[in-house]
Amino acid sequence: MSDLLVEPSSTSHAQRVIGGLLRSREIAVLSVLVALILVTTFKSHGFLFSSTGWRDLLLTPSLLLILAVGQTVVIITRNVDLSVGSILGLTAYLTGKLFSDHPNLPIVAVFVIGMLFGAALGLVNGVLVAWGKVPALVITLGTLYIYRGAFLTWAGSDRINASDLPKDFLKLGTQQVLTIPVLTIIAATVLVVVGYVLYTARSGRELYAIGSDPDAADLYGLPVTRRVLLAFVTSGALAGLAGIVYVARYGTVSSGAGSGIELQAVGAAVIGGVAIFGGSGTVWGAAIGAFLLVTINRALPILGISDFWQQAVVGALILAAVVLDRVLTLRQERQLVEARDR
Amino acid sequence: MSTPVLDRPADATTYAAHAHPLWRRALVTPEVAVIALLVLVYAWSNANVANFDNPLTLYYLFLDTAPILLIALPMTLVIVTGEIDLSVASVVGLSSVVVGMLHHDAGLSIPVAAALAVVMGMAAGALNGFLVAYVGLPSLAVTIGTLALYRGIAVGLLGTEAVTDFPDKWTDLAKERISEGSSYPMVLVPFVILLVLFAWLLHFTSFGRGVYDIGLNSEAAHFSGVNVELTKFWLFVLCGAVSAFAGVYYTLRYGSARGDNATGLELSVIAAVLLGGVSIFGGRGALHGVVAGVLLIGVISSAMRLENYTVNVINIVIGVLLVLSVMTTSLLGRARSLAARARGGGPRPPRRRNAVAAAPASESSTEDSGTQERHPE
Amino acid sequence: MKFRNRRLSALAAVSLVAGLALSACGGDDGDDNASDGGGGSSDTFVFLPKNLGNAYFDTSDNAGKAAIEGWGGTYQEVGPDKASPDAQVPFINTAAQQGVAALIVSANDKEAICDALNEARDAGVKVVTFDSDVNPECRDLFINQATAEGIAKVQVDMISEQIGDSGEVAILSAAANATNQNAWIADMEKQFAADHPNITLVDTVYGDDDDQTSFDKTAALLQAHPDLKGIISPTTVGIAAAARYLSTSDAKGKVMLTGLGTPNQMREYVEDGTVKEFALWNPGDLGTLAAFAAKALVDGDIKGDEGDTFTAGDLGEFTVDADGSVLLGEPYRFNADNIGDFDF
Repeated sequence: MSDLLVEPSSTSHAQRVIGGLLRSREIAVLSVLVALILVTTFKSHGFLFSSTGWRDLLLTPSLLLILAVGQTVVIITRNVDLSVGSILGLTAYLTGKLFSDHPNLPIVAVFVIGMLFGAALGLVNGVLVAWGKVPALVITLGTLYIYRGAFLTWAGSDRINASDLPKDFLKLGTQQVLTIPVLTIIAATVLVVVGYVLYTARSGRELYAIGSDPDAADLYGLPVTRRVLLAFVTSGALAGLAGIVYVARYGTVSSGAGSGIELQAVGAAVIGGVAIFGGSGTVWGAAIGAFLLVTINRALPILGISDFWQQAVVGALILAAVVLDRVLTLRQERQLVEARDR
Repeated sequence: MSTPVLDRPADATTYAAHAHPLWRRALVTPEVAVIALLVLVYAWSNANVANFDNPLTLYYLFLDTAPILLIALPMTLVIVTGEIDLSVASVVGLSSVVVGMLHHDAGLSIPVAAALAVVMGMAAGALNGFLVAYVGLPSLAVTIGTLALYRGIAVGLLGTEAVTDFPDKWTDLAKERISEGSSYPMVLVPFVILLVLFAWLLHFTSFGRGVYDIGLNSEAAHFSGVNVELTKFWLFVLCGAVSAFAGVYYTLRYGSARGDNATGLELSVIAAVLLGGVSIFGGRGALHGVVAGVLLIGVISSAMRLENYTVNVINIVIGVLLVLSVMTTSLLGRARSLAARARGGGPRPPRRRNAVAAAPASESSTEDSGTQERHPE
Repeated sequence: MKFRNRRLSALAAVSLVAGLALSACGGDDGDDNASDGGGGSSDTFVFLPKNLGNAYFDTSDNAGKAAIEGWGGTYQEVGPDKASPDAQVPFINTAAQQGVAALIVSANDKEAICDALNEARDAGVKVVTFDSDVNPECRDLFINQATAEGIAKVQVDMISEQIGDSGEVAILSAAANATNQNAWIADMEKQFAADHPNITLVDTVYGDDDDQTSFDKTAALLQAHPDLKGIISPTTVGIAAAARYLSTSDAKGKVMLTGLGTPNQMREYVEDGTVKEFALWNPGDLGTLAAFAAKALVDGDIKGDEGDTFTAGDLGEFTVDADGSVLLGEPYRFNADNIGDFDF
């Protein structure tokens, strides 16, 4: 009798990689996205084949994409960050104020300041969660209130209008490089960088360990507090970046900026295969999830469904994704148990 | 003494938790702290905030916080079992839309529409309960999904239109006072009934004991004979039903049925419940603290609004209170265990000898693991 | 002893949170909207627009403020950040509790705030609506910027001139329940049917007076109706957002945009050719007139019946119409020739 629990696979390495890829959640969501785009384009060619359509297709999801990536980093550690919408709003207003008070600031400086500001707000979350050992759900719920309230108190009934912003910055909102919008390039860069770090860097891999089993990670000697802090700082910094992108895209900031988007970010991550209990999932999946959510919203009116139903579609997708995850996990458990008992 | 596994004082006849007299156990609790705070804030506002002693103040306070008061009751039970239900506000909105559409489009009378809305709420809660209890999904993920789904259905049905032509008889009833000139609106009657019902359910039935047991350790509860799945299922159904009823009240009170009614209400409910001393980890909490928590938030909002603070400042205060209340519990817990360790202290829970200190993911575990092996010398 | 620790810690918790709450409630009267915290005197006039953060209401409310402070009264502005019907009720309740002199409201819905307004009137508060009315039984006076037909007609005329009197048009409105919006849209539909049979109104979408929503809805409109020739947006937030989207899309110049907008927000788009012409009245005058009307009610000069007259400072004398409304004037058309003359 063999003393191996599971027989070595008889397929080749290449076959296994491709098989794994094909069976992955990311590819599944990507195929849903592609199918949606095809169906909508069939109904209205302009959706894909006009210059505005192509531009909007790539541009509109870039905001949620950045937020979904940040949310993924936090969810992987078995936490959640509900305050990203408020951080986005605050940073957007800060950006607008910086530009209107100091019109000659270089745009790169504003990007840096915005991200640092978001990182500082994320740091507050991280300190309370990592050191206070309080569940992230409660803390970020509280900071959602606090940051949104601070934003409204600071802004009052003031709004940032397009006329307050420098032309170069506003152009960023629609500028394209080889037909790819600049904002999408920014989002894609964020995605690649964070994805690479999570996959290859020690600190990134440790996040997965912490999410899988916090106690084991602690006993193993991983710097849990520091990593969780890092996760929240990243989420905050990315929310800050998203705030700047928001201003570039929409050109105005009102008191409602970003409210409600945190649940969409969590939804995008969950649909993209990030387990809500932490420990698994990739930023690629979350990015595709974000793309899917926004494209559904844009496609519904063309398909003749009032876009009021968009939220219902999002909710159904989240539920389907979570149920699917569970079913697959159970099946995998069963298979492993059978293999063990054989 | 070499390695006794259990170190209890020889004369110990009670559990550590019952080592103190009844009055101390009842009064020195987070719930009483919140009640004391409520009394303090109310008295201070009465004295110092202009127009606070206007008879309208209490009246509006109860009218405004009634939905939160109602929903906080089943939410307490849900959180005590260690789950959470973020979809309650969406059920309020959906129930509002259902009442509006059934009345306006289908011509049904308000009581029939309201009853159907409550049934719909039970169905919504049943979906939550089924997915959490029987399929075994984490309640955070499920209720985030149903939050979006139910709100989406509500908005999808009505768009951003609102149904506002409700008969005066019913909108007046929603705001009527118990007796002429009193500050207490009629809506407090169903609230008090539900409060008594939930208090009885939680503290005087085995169902209620089961709720606490599940929160403390659901595996142990299962093996003690508690039907964990059924309990959780019924709690979510109750949450849905009460939320739907709160939705009916909300609609009639504001005279407007709209898909995005009560957006964000779930955060207020959870904030109030946690403020009231219920632990987010489950296993502890009581209803009197929760009621005090809701009223505390209501009094603070009311006083601040009378002082012309905007809603945002009020929200900041609520957020800070929420964070502080949870942090205080956590810090106090750690301070207590630190102090206990420093004294080499009294009755301690038994230690497993081959400790992979598989303690629950709560505050004191990581501090205690591996650092202290000494026994009372 | 452990129990002393626990009691001490409970005491610490109580005093900590109490200290915070007291300091939050107590300290700063500095940053309210009123001149001194606490309101509730009989010379306080409260403006309650549809929502805060709306440039149109900023103008009207500031003009009202100037008028009120001109006669030595106290001005206050409160409001929700979302333009939904039930969001205004808590503010009306607070005004009733504070016993202010008058409440000047632009309503998000015709019926929803009626009960709250009547409760305020029972508490002695005078209720004046402006810009968007409620059921006449719940208010003392309504200050109307122009007749609904006049407002509808000017927009219908402008769009038919700009698209050559035939083609598909759509409306980008504000909140679905806003009384004034629905009145104007109903009139527009009548006029399209009667006078412009070749123009088809294909869709009405709602931007909720939220900039981002209006921006996204404009994008969706253009996607869903590729043959669209014109968009009418009878809301200053909507037209500004739609103009911003159009000016960076390839529909600029092909899809005509008109509606009600403020000169300052629209100047850039008139100059770059996205918008040819749009209309409005002076919201500042509207706010001033509303303030003076409220004062006349509070002082007892008028009761709100037909035929009552009162003076509104520099604006002159006004007479109350049959249904308790006071008319400001006519809408004014803004285009490239005259837009430089205005600053609001």
